[in-house]
Amino acid sequence: MDSQLIVSAPPHIKSGETIGKLMGWTFLALLPVVLLDIYLFGGCAIRIISLSMIAAIATETLILRYRHMPITVIDGSAALTGLILALTLPPNVPYWIPLVGGFLAVFFGKQLFGGLGYNIFNPALVGRAMLFVSWPEIMSSSWFAPLRELDAITTATPLAALSQVRAGTLVADLSVVYKPLLFLNRGGCLGEVSALMLILGGLVLIVRKVTDWRISVSFIGTVIFLSFLARTNILLNILGGGLLLGAFFLASDPVTSPITRSGRVVFGIGCGSVVMLIRLYSGYPEGVMFAILFMNAFVSLIDKYTKPRKYGLVKAE
Amino acid sequence: MPAEVIIPLQQHIGAPCNPLVKVEERVLVGQKIGDSDSYVSAPVHSSVSGRVVAIEPRLIHTGDKVLSIVIASDEKQEVAPSHGLSDEEAMDSDKVRAVIRTAGLVGLGGAAFPTHVKLTPPKDKPISDVIINGCECEPYIAGDHRNMLENPEAIVDGLKIILRILGAKKGYIAIETNKIDAIRHINDLISSEENIKVVPLTAKYPQGAEKQLIQAVLCKEVPSGCIPCEVEALVQNVGTTIAISEAIRKGKPLIERVLSIAGDGVREPKNLRVKIGTPASHLIEECGGLKGNPGKIIFGGPMTGFALFDLNTPIVKGTSGIVILPKEMVPVSDPRACIRCGKCVQVCPIYIMPNFIGQYIEVGMIDNAEEASVMDCIECGLCGYVCPAQRPLIQLIRHAKAKITDNRRKGGK
Repeated sequence: MDSQLIVSAPPHIKSGETIGKLMGWTFLALLPVVLLDIYLFGGCAIRIISLSMIAAIATETLILRYRHMPITVIDGSAALTGLILALTLPPNVPYWIPLVGGFLAVFFGKQLFGGLGYNIFNPALVGRAMLFVSWPEIMSSSWFAPLRELDAITTATPLAALSQVRAGTLVADLSVVYKPLLFLNRGGCLGEVSALMLILGGLVLIVRKVTDWRISVSFIGTVIFLSFLARTNILLNILGGGLLLGAFFLASDPVTSPITRSGRVVFGIGCGSVVMLIRLYSGYPEGVMFAILFMNAFVSLIDKYTKPRKYGLVKAE
Repeated sequence: MPAEVIIPLQQHIGAPCNPLVKVEERVLVGQKIGDSDSYVSAPVHSSVSGRVVAIEPRLIHTGDKVLSIVIASDEKQEVAPSHGLSDEEAMDSDKVRAVIRTAGLVGLGGAAFPTHVKLTPPKDKPISDVIINGCECEPYIAGDHRNMLENPEAIVDGLKIILRILGAKKGYIAIETNKIDAIRHINDLISSEENIKVVPLTAKYPQGAEKQLIQAVLCKEVPSGCIPCEVEALVQNVGTTIAISEAIRKGKPLIERVLSIAGDGVREPKNLRVKIGTPASHLIEECGGLKGNPGKIIFGGPMTGFALFDLNTPIVKGTSGIVILPKEMVPVSDPRACIRCGKCVQVCPIYIMPNFIGQYIEVGMIDNAEEASVMDCIECGLCGYVCPAQRPLIQLIRHAKAKITDNRRKGGK
């Protein structure tokens, strides 16, 4: 019997937290959004989400095999990249867009850097950014009205509408634009259909400590503060566009955000600031994607300068 | 009563003892059977009366083989004549330290540092605060709680002895708030003492670690690389404090200790007063035997203890418990790359960054690990406990520490 005892270094008990469980909670947090997408867009949503996930999983499997690494797709990280990428796509893109995107996301965004844990930029956003600059017309004009009419509104995204209103090309009562945002934001990417569902999902991740509230809160807080300073519509800036998806599910990705608590606040403030810079002063109506990718590049630097002060560093006099 | 006890000649930090008895010799309870000329060392005593059957290297919990004296008990428990005791009040500090050394006292919290050495601070570093550590060192371990409930007078007495020989001003007894009965009990005892106070602390791990305890009680941090005397503090475990009182008042050497036998793999978990040298298998039988399929048998606690592979391993002075985990409770590690979740950084009680340190060590960047303060690590095990990627952070850290110590010894740096 003695020979059957297990001998290993401490600790001998573990919290039971695993990468797979963290991914599982993220899927669960995104489930309401996905279900709503399927309800609103039917086959289109199913097609985009499944193709993107399949492409991501297939790419991950093939590259891991090529690298002679253990095939760890079961941890769900590639599938999650695929799902999140799908949620950043407009509902009417051709079928090959999610396929190419899923491949780009995992190949260039993740495996080229060494796989899970080693990537610098958020893989889903790398995929989306490459799609965005390669096929800009498809990526910015494939909006369409959902199958179920819930409110009458233009099919442009709310933020595009806001630009138009500010430029004077569209004259409308703004309440028409943001009223349905909280529940059903019809014009937008798959992941932007409902602010409420995103907030709900985000809270699940924060309560379960899958993501750190510091990133999401400082990100959104900065956008609120800067919208206030710039005297632009605060509610629209939060609920419209990809801010909530970005703040709760993309910027807070642990691999591509700082590790220290204070660093996470700095990162969130940086993301929020760049978003507002792009929204207010650039040609693009939306800036969440570029803001997060931009801040991803600063993560090492932020970690370096926000190291916690170790115990007993103060030397006795 | 075990039929045979195995008493290793080194149960402490410092120089090993030399055997003072021969094979076939008859020994009595409390008889000194090993000692050393070294200052940093503590003698060992027989915990039974009987016959020495062997003096040979035996396996101890660390996996090392240590020269040990094996004694077959005659079950008579004949006690060796106690050396003449003088009145404690009449003893000077050095005499008290000498009695403590003779009794073979070492820190019972786990580190087993010789007590008389700890009670001899450098001349230029007077001790003003003495903290008695009543916080359990680890989950599953509850022996100190029993000590505080059953022997509180000896704790207060031991503390007074320590305060007197060190000339310290204040004594604190730190107890976690989940042991409210112990807090009440001891508070009643010290109501008339002006310079002794009970400090209730949040129950958390590692509250009982020396530097964390000083931080919690005195709001002071021990400077990196230094020992507590740097902030004029000294910490003693409750078990050690009782042993000090017993050594001084009764002349009793350290031949037994209180420990917990716990975990889901044992039928009747218990706190027991155990003779030093008792084989683990005997104690497991005392507790009704194993339950189910044993996975791990741990000397010490589950966070920092040693996993055994031989059940004949003896209890030593520093053994605070035996934790038995059934096979299904032993986590199977499947280490992955760090996903930078930051959980290890958030739980680290000394605020270093185990994630980066682990990654440095993995690729052989030992210098970077040293720069990232790996030597300050207290090896509490929390980083490894929380890591969702199951990274073997403590193994990596120990590896780096050994390398760095080795380099320093060689004068390489």
